[in-house]
Amino acid sequence: MSARDRILAKLNAAPVLPKAAPDIAAWYQTHRGTESTAEKAARFRGCIEFAHAEVHVVSPASWPQKLAEVLADKQIGKLLVAPGTDHGARAIAGLTSGGIECRGYDSRIEAWKEELFHDIPASLTAARCAIAETGTLVLWPDEHEPRLMSLVPPVHIVLLDAATTHNTFYEAMQSEGWANGLPTNALLISGPSKTADIQVTLAYGAHGPKELIVLLMGEAA
Amino acid sequence: MSEQAKTSQRPADVYFFATCVVDQFFPGAGLDAITLLEREGIRVHFPEEQTCCGQPAYTSGFPDEARKVAALQLTLFPNDWPVVVPSGSCAGMMKHHYPTLFAADPARKAQADALSSRIYEFTDFLVNVLGWQPEDKGGDCTVVLHTSCSARREMGVHLTGRKLLGGLNKVKVAQQDHESECCGFGGTFSIKQPEISGAMVEDKVKSLKATGAERVVSADCGCLMNILGHAAWKDKQAGLAQPSLPGEHIASFLLRRTEERSSK
Amino acid sequence: MSEQALNFMPSEGFRARAKDVVENPFLRQSFRGAMDFLINKRITQFPDPEELESLRTLGEQIRQYNLGKLPSLLVELEENLTRNGIKVHWAETPDEANAIILGICQAHSAKLMVKGKSMVSEEIELNHACEAAGIDAMESDMGEYIVQLAGEKPSHIIMPAIHKTKQEIAELFAAKVPGIDYTDNVDELIQIGRKVLREKFLVADIGLSGVNFAVAETGTLCLVENEGNGRLSTTAPPVHIAITGIEKIVEKLDHVPPLLSLLTRSATGQNISTYFNMISGPRKPHEKDGPTEVHLVLLDNGRTQAYADEQLRKTLQCIRCGACMNHCPVYTRIGGHAYGTTYPGPIGKIISPHMLGLEATKSMATASSLCGACGEVCPVKIPIPELLMRLREESFSAPHANPAMRGQGAGYSALVSTIWRGWAAVYRSPALYRMATWLGSRFGGLMPSNQGPWTSVRVPLKPAPKRLRDLLKERG
Repeated sequence: MSARDRILAKLNAAPVLPKAAPDIAAWYQTHRGTESTAEKAARFRGCIEFAHAEVHVVSPASWPQKLAEVLADKQIGKLLVAPGTDHGARAIAGLTSGGIECRGYDSRIEAWKEELFHDIPASLTAARCAIAETGTLVLWPDEHEPRLMSLVPPVHIVLLDAATTHNTFYEAMQSEGWANGLPTNALLISGPSKTADIQVTLAYGAHGPKELIVLLMGEAA
Repeated sequence: MSEQAKTSQRPADVYFFATCVVDQFFPGAGLDAITLLEREGIRVHFPEEQTCCGQPAYTSGFPDEARKVAALQLTLFPNDWPVVVPSGSCAGMMKHHYPTLFAADPARKAQADALSSRIYEFTDFLVNVLGWQPEDKGGDCTVVLHTSCSARREMGVHLTGRKLLGGLNKVKVAQQDHESECCGFGGTFSIKQPEISGAMVEDKVKSLKATGAERVVSADCGCLMNILGHAAWKDKQAGLAQPSLPGEHIASFLLRRTEERSSK
Repeated sequence: MSEQALNFMPSEGFRARAKDVVENPFLRQSFRGAMDFLINKRITQFPDPEELESLRTLGEQIRQYNLGKLPSLLVELEENLTRNGIKVHWAETPDEANAIILGICQAHSAKLMVKGKSMVSEEIELNHACEAAGIDAMESDMGEYIVQLAGEKPSHIIMPAIHKTKQEIAELFAAKVPGIDYTDNVDELIQIGRKVLREKFLVADIGLSGVNFAVAETGTLCLVENEGNGRLSTTAPPVHIAITGIEKIVEKLDHVPPLLSLLTRSATGQNISTYFNMISGPRKPHEKDGPTEVHLVLLDNGRTQAYADEQLRKTLQCIRCGACMNHCPVYTRIGGHAYGTTYPGPIGKIISPHMLGLEATKSMATASSLCGACGEVCPVKIPIPELLMRLREESFSAPHANPAMRGQGAGYSALVSTIWRGWAAVYRSPALYRMATWLGSRFGGLMPSNQGPWTSVRVPLKPAPKRLRDLLKERG
């Protein structure tokens, strides 16, 4: 018998009475309200700012300009951005005239790991949606915006459409049908990287981005 | 009287289960609790055969021995009267653990269930059954209240002691840090892990003293035995003649405060 | 490196280790401060007692429901992970788990493994197995990195280096990290760790991680973390190996949000962790990063023993938040190392006996005043005090056939059992009780002044000269 069979045999031999399935929907129904887009955006912003993220409210028209300002403010001259996406293309169009070098994640990591780790000061990705209750960005990395893009550069800038904000994580996965198919990697990000491992003193920029900047795109700026 | 509604339901008779610790080490507290109940017009019955709730064996990993002792107590309260217990942990044992202890013995399980519903910790009984509102006849005084872990977590009655003291208008109740933390008694824990238990009671006594209260009161004599025992030991080390932290059962304190011509 | 800390019976010397900490005012104060901090952070996350209570009940239901279906869920998980391209391995013992992991490393000629935080990897002592096999296993969680650099073990499951001050860490870094001058500025210390470990992430052959929840229906491994090292460990190296206990499984994806909420709020008082990382497969052909191989090792190591007994099974509800240790007056006094087990504190006391046997852990269940603080805060309502009493019974009862636990009867003493039998004989008999307590009251003055451990910090116990029953008689 294999370890697998032995473990399963031991578990199956235990006298176990089946328990009723938990009613998770009912709990959220009772304990969590639904809010308007503006309320959700405000709650999202409050929470993620509390977690030390920087939030800028932008409009669909104005965000490339705000992006340029943020980069200028932080004296960042190079941005990792996905040319194959609409927002990436717009960012590149808006930034290159201002002298910002835009680099795409255009090859497999093996080809440029060292450069990514050492020479990329910032990245821009879009968020799939957000969660108001916890101030959380949801990212589903793909071939345009791979997993390390939101992780390795010290500054991560995220473009979020406020209209995609859900009340709760539960609502996000239910309404978007996550159980029917998840990507290789789905991520919730709720602030810049941090740790309190030394004398419970909070420090930012442990291993992931030191700064998280959200361009919160509403109806109007 | 403003408590007419409550008074109409107040029982004429109660049983008193003293607990072995009160019977042997704090008999005055037991007597004061009984006197207070009687002053409220209640007949208090003390079954002579009572011994111990069985908790020491139960928590030490000897449930068979606990069962034998508990089985005796099951037979002592035949009438449908409340059973008042001047200790949160013993009350918790009888109310919550007896039904588990006798789960495999249907006849005794039924007795245990029936008894369980009649068990009242002393301060819980005063507040929630009698609706007792003490009238303070003493002078200004500051006390600090220690509530046992069982009273707090198993019986959910940690608020009743505070409510009773709060009803005494010349008594100030001091707030200690880490109020809800265990004093370190834990029955055989204090013997088996004396270093840890000793550190816990040391911290507890420090925080009680730091309030500047004149005395500590508690509804649990196990905790008092530990807390006062350590405070007295410290005093002895320091060569103090007077106790730096006197203490007593809350029944004694309440009785004295509400007696005519009381000073404290 | 840390030979002294290994291969010993946690029960042996427990009291001596506890005493060392208790007698160190500096450590006492530092644990107290850290635990107070975590307790207060947690309180801010649960302002509504009704919400907390209902969420704990839901958490308990979710865990019990999933444990109720554990064997079939494990099979479902295996099927879905396999379909997603994740290789599933099963290990009954730490040795088997280490052999599986080393086998994968050797297949890739791995030299360097970076590790995200994984208590199960501590449980199997993976770092030592790697060292013996010539593989450099490097901890990357800041706390774990510090502890590894010091040649120690974690003292808390969420805050591994909580026993160390920033000055001690500053000295450690100055001594052990090349080219580093002494600094006790926390931000600077963290940046030193970041810099060192980034270079490791860049070149590591293997990334190892734990798992917080494994979702059967989607074949997904979920990881909770704040630092980003978990994401790096599971993304940057070409191979990712995850290891988890068999109990960390949920059937449905929607079981995750309530448990995640309970976990982060109970553990560190955060409404959510910085990162929640859900991995459902290795890199797909069109993707540009992520490991090309992902493995999951499912570890038993005594969990099936706990599972076999309805009461002990509740131990497996645990989601490893650490709230029980933060609130434990014993843990607060002695810290994590005194326990001598991978998992310290109340959860350690109830789970370690299944992993190590009661022979090695028999004194642990006695190191509790049964105050109930752990059970009160447990986000999935594990009745920890009740389980501690059960373990005392398993340990102290005379050895018998078909015990529920390995090492049952390890703490059995004929003398102690006789004392309790004698106690019961007196207390079950009103006449004997009356006689014994009468003698006590009459001769209370003869009680010895040295009453063993009791009088080490307390005055002797002395029965009152008159019992309550005597006072009542006198009163008439």
